[in-house]
Amino acid sequence: MKADPKNVLTGAHYLDGNHACAEGAISAGCKFFAGYPITPSTEIAERFARRIPLLDGVFIQMEDELASMAAILGASWGGARSMSCTSGPGFSLMMENFGLGIMLETPCVLVNVQRGGPSTGLPTLPGQADMMQARWGSHGDYEVIALAPDSPQESYELAIHAFNLSEKYRMPILIMTDECVGHMTEKVVIPPAEEIELLERKYTDKKPGEAWPFEWNGNGQPPMLPVGKGYKFHITGLTHDYRGYPIINAEAQGENVSHLVDKVRNNVDDIIWLEERDIEGADVIMMAYGISSRVMQPAIARAKKEGIKIGQIKMVTVWPFPEKRVRELAEKAKALIMVEMNFGQVYYEMERMAAGKCRTYLVGHAGGTVHDPENIYKVIKEAAK
Amino acid sequence: MKYWRTPLDVDRLKIPRGELHIIKERCKGCGFCVEYCPRGVLKLSDEFNAKGYHPPVAIKPQDCVNCDLCEMLCPDFAIYCLRAEDEPKEVA
Amino acid sequence: MNTKPVNQESQAAEEHHPMENLLRMDRIPHIWCSTCGIGTTVTALAAALEQLKLDLNKVTVVSGIGCTGRVAGYMKLDSFHTTHGRALPFAFGLHIARPDMKTIVFSGDGDLISIGGNHFIHTARRNANITVICVNNFIYAMTGGQVAPTTPISAKSATSPYGNYERPFNLPLLAASSGATYVARWTALHIRRLTTAIKEAITKPGFSFVEVIAPCSTLYARLNKLGTGLDLMKFYHDNSVIRHGIDPREADIDFQSKIIVGKFVDIEKPTYLECLNNGNKKAFGDKYRPYGGVNGNK
Repeated sequence: MKADPKNVLTGAHYLDGNHACAEGAISAGCKFFAGYPITPSTEIAERFARRIPLLDGVFIQMEDELASMAAILGASWGGARSMSCTSGPGFSLMMENFGLGIMLETPCVLVNVQRGGPSTGLPTLPGQADMMQARWGSHGDYEVIALAPDSPQESYELAIHAFNLSEKYRMPILIMTDECVGHMTEKVVIPPAEEIELLERKYTDKKPGEAWPFEWNGNGQPPMLPVGKGYKFHITGLTHDYRGYPIINAEAQGENVSHLVDKVRNNVDDIIWLEERDIEGADVIMMAYGISSRVMQPAIARAKKEGIKIGQIKMVTVWPFPEKRVRELAEKAKALIMVEMNFGQVYYEMERMAAGKCRTYLVGHAGGTVHDPENIYKVIKEAAK
Repeated sequence: MKYWRTPLDVDRLKIPRGELHIIKERCKGCGFCVEYCPRGVLKLSDEFNAKGYHPPVAIKPQDCVNCDLCEMLCPDFAIYCLRAEDEPKEVA
Repeated sequence: MNTKPVNQESQAAEEHHPMENLLRMDRIPHIWCSTCGIGTTVTALAAALEQLKLDLNKVTVVSGIGCTGRVAGYMKLDSFHTTHGRALPFAFGLHIARPDMKTIVFSGDGDLISIGGNHFIHTARRNANITVICVNNFIYAMTGGQVAPTTPISAKSATSPYGNYERPFNLPLLAASSGATYVARWTALHIRRLTTAIKEAITKPGFSFVEVIAPCSTLYARLNKLGTGLDLMKFYHDNSVIRHGIDPREADIDFQSKIIVGKFVDIEKPTYLECLNNGNKKAFGDKYRPYGGVNGNK
């Protein structure tokens, strides 16, 4: 279905990443936002609060992040497209209910505008050090989908994409931006509503009494059951079977958790989104996500001028990690370099996939600022030897 | 029952009567129904159900007035009372 | 353990308890102990729903974690078994998306008031149109009988083995001072008055709070050598005092002493959605279309 023109501010705007993200969500039909202020994500909440009352939606500032995550799950089950936004400390607080969202297979979107951590850290400066937490933050086994925009324009587009992914795969989707992209103001072009493709929520077409909330059939995600239409279904965070009833034994655990994991693993080709440049014949391949993928451009240009055969991959989806692609590239390239604003998180996935077939390097730092391209260039030179 | 003064509507007074149904296998022998039946109709039986509890048995079923207190108090949905034919009231 | 079908249990095909249409019969018998008061409270809720003749498609139950938290799993309504303490914000989100549904939160004292305490006071402050039934058995039963913020002074528990010395919450006072517009307390024994209170709480707009003092035989009664749940019910019988309309400050509960029950608060205040719509109307005037849920006013 197409976006509702009432929601879409078609035109060219000068917006920062957070505002663009909020606009993307509104264009995608998000009608419920429950959040808690935390720098540097608060602008998303504020824009939503300003825009949504005239668009038949609700903004609520909840009492804390735990309540926010719980509330967006409740609203999603009520039928609303819902989202919340936070940063590192709030992300930690939301983990339990994020796990609940995964277990209940609830579509919703959660934005983490990463800042310097750990703990209270650097509220007003960027970091990319929550990536492993995005993957493993909640307890138990599950897979996540995490997107990383590199600009306000991409923040807008990925917000819409996140809502579509959440409906398609029936799970909470993470948007892992950072303070730099969030607070960077650039031109954002919002297309006309009829050019915005939205995925409608798939509800069951079976009658009450014949439909269950988790009919895993290995064939795409189970359709949701609507509340208030006589289905009288039950769902629980306990390990459950297709009926949604708690079943406390190993067999049910096997079926339940396998589904949560397979729903992403079996669909990686559809989910993973990489933007590759100059990979053919490259000796050195750069990998990065978010703002780091832009920061490395001057270093790459300089290396190219010196004749180094260098390619790059921007990971628009960071999770699931592009395992197959990295394994392929490790066979052909001499070195893989990961640029991220942390002391090594997604880097270890790259190194693991390379499996020693090529050299791997990390250009990392503690956060608080973007990389100095000079440092990236130095590592490229080292790798090209 | 003896009345100090015969009520004016005595010919229309009817005592409700109840028909007890006990789902023995669901009972957990808590004894709420036995304790709080206002007519003392129930008693915990000596028989066992599959869980090893003693379900109640109606020792004076004819005294049940369908007050539904057992049905409401039972935590296990194991006893209920249906309305039976009302009995006209006897005046002493 | 929960997969045994109930059909073996019912002795005859025609034994149908009148409340079966509100229960998930494929999951009965439930896990609650013999002489536990939760089943009785569920009966009161079922009776209230039936007597109110509500459209059962439009009622939803949200519960948290704990013995009482299992209620959602046994009621044949759109029901949600959420994380510990977060039933209220989940229900709040659900209610805001669907104000056409009647959202009932049914959870225990530990879940709602301890880990859920923050959410409790805020949802009450907002006067969200949610009905909260809190089964208070003075203990964390499911996890083995630890002390709860409602455990009376000197009561023993797994984590207060020498007697609790922490002052407990007075739940009606907490609810009333946070802004609840309907506050009542009954015991599981006062079954008919409890049913009436639940009916009033459901029909009244705003945050309605019903505390149900219920016996816990396996933990609270056993750890404090109080007998079985039936002995606790007898205690409620002899020691409950009905005092409608008193100041909730006087409704403290001491260990094995008088329990004041009744309807303490029944006032009118605008609900959360009324405040939201009024506030936005003031800000936007005629441009504003009142919010009626994700489906509009359906």
